[in-house]
Amino acid sequence: MSAGAIVVVGGGHAGAQLCGALVAAGQGGRVHLVCEEPVLPYQRPPLSKGYQKSPDETLQWHRGPAWFDAQGITLHVADAAAAIDRAARRVTLASGRELDYEWLVLATGTRARGLPALPALPALPALPPLPTGLANVHVLRTAADAERLRTAWAATHDLMVLGGGFIGLEVAATARGLGKAVTVLESAPRLMQRSVSPELSAHVQDVHRASGIVLRLGTAVGGFELQGDRLVALRAGDERLAVDTLLLGIGAVPEHSLASAAGLACDNGIVVDEHMRTSDPAVLAIGDCTNFPEPTSGRRVRLESVQNANDQAKAAAATILGTPQPYHALPWFWSEQGALRLQMAGLMPAEGQRHRRPSVSPGTTTGTTPGSFSILHYAGARLVCVESVNAPVDHMAARKLLEQGIHPPPDQACDPATPLKQFLA
Amino acid sequence: MPLIHLIAADGITHDLEAAAGQSLMQAAVAAGLGNIVGECGGAAMCATCHVYVDDAWLTRMPAMHENEDGMLDATSSPRQPNSRLSCQLRLEADWQGFVVRLPATQV
Repeated sequence: MSAGAIVVVGGGHAGAQLCGALVAAGQGGRVHLVCEEPVLPYQRPPLSKGYQKSPDETLQWHRGPAWFDAQGITLHVADAAAAIDRAARRVTLASGRELDYEWLVLATGTRARGLPALPALPALPALPPLPTGLANVHVLRTAADAERLRTAWAATHDLMVLGGGFIGLEVAATARGLGKAVTVLESAPRLMQRSVSPELSAHVQDVHRASGIVLRLGTAVGGFELQGDRLVALRAGDERLAVDTLLLGIGAVPEHSLASAAGLACDNGIVVDEHMRTSDPAVLAIGDCTNFPEPTSGRRVRLESVQNANDQAKAAAATILGTPQPYHALPWFWSEQGALRLQMAGLMPAEGQRHRRPSVSPGTTTGTTPGSFSILHYAGARLVCVESVNAPVDHMAARKLLEQGIHPPPDQACDPATPLKQFLA
Repeated sequence: MPLIHLIAADGITHDLEAAAGQSLMQAAVAAGLGNIVGECGGAAMCATCHVYVDDAWLTRMPAMHENEDGMLDATSSPRQPNSRLSCQLRLEADWQGFVVRLPATQV
């Protein structure tokens, strides 16, 4: 029996990386890539930064059209997967086209959360679909979202960002750089609470405030006012906050409706094992949409990051190629917020001790600068996570330490005169 | 469109015709050419698009930002005086015949 088709649903980082890994193994001719968006797979990180700053900035392809063609990959662009028939091993696309598969890989990612179920004020008979129904309300997930936001800058004086997470803060810093008045509303008492340490939050808060961004922490939004097709104000406590342009940065939800409808196990994402297999062994899932056993923490998690998408794609390719390798990658991620470069390696432990490692200023041997440091997280004597601010050398060394399971004592690891990489074997 | 020569660690030369304005990393990755990974998409965050710039071209390279300098200390293959991250090299229209050598490993 000749090898059958590999159908990849989703043209994000994970889907593109999987295509690359299968091509490297000489399997490009078996691959169908299904992309719901009307464009080839592209880099998402620039959408909140460089892409917003200049109307001339174009999307960056993961691979160009000529590459897909030369490798024999069949592209289905602007066509979504509509249904999976697992018994027949067949996917039906929105266009009606049917694709038989030997392997199906779901790389469906996430979708941005819309406006929460808040009461509209005053009471309205019926709410329009949100947020796309509102002319001045934005999310940022896709190229189309990014283009819509970029087009809005010209007529925007004030940007209100709902949610102090990575995407919200990246856009806030970009908008501030464009000269906009920016306010960030966050319901938690600090920024990025679920993702970073209190020390990192405090530093980032100081930097953003110094740049002129207004941060309102611990601010729960209780309702909103509509006027025609615009959201004109948010209600926070007794206060009415006028809105010019609003960006929702309140997180993303895993896109697993296709998997759920096909009867695959889903629980905060599509449930996969260490080989990226779903509850149907012919169906794999990779990237932001998966709930997977994370080896370094021993927990089941769902991660939204480029690293996770890339490494899970490689693991899925190994499974398909008959050389399965249990997923073992170290999680790492980053965020660029104006001049802040945040780089995280490893997952923050629920409990542990934190130590601050200052960075030596470039060109000096002992001088330190408050804008550059790392927070080292220990669980007992084990180094488990390192957060770095404008300290790329420490970040890269930390990744290697964590990957190799090397645990330098905190007092030594926090001596800025000793390069972290000195502890590597 | 400048014609660029990427000399792989095994000595094989890949020729790449690439539009000016994009980075060398973008052009090479989009073409699936050579051993340039570019995992982070060009943010100077991953050090997987390391190249060695041909000596004859060194004076024409853009100045190095401290972010790039820092990441170059963490490349998989050894850093040399002519090391750059190709995501930070925006191709100019007159870089006809630009030559870089690729390291043996990127990750």
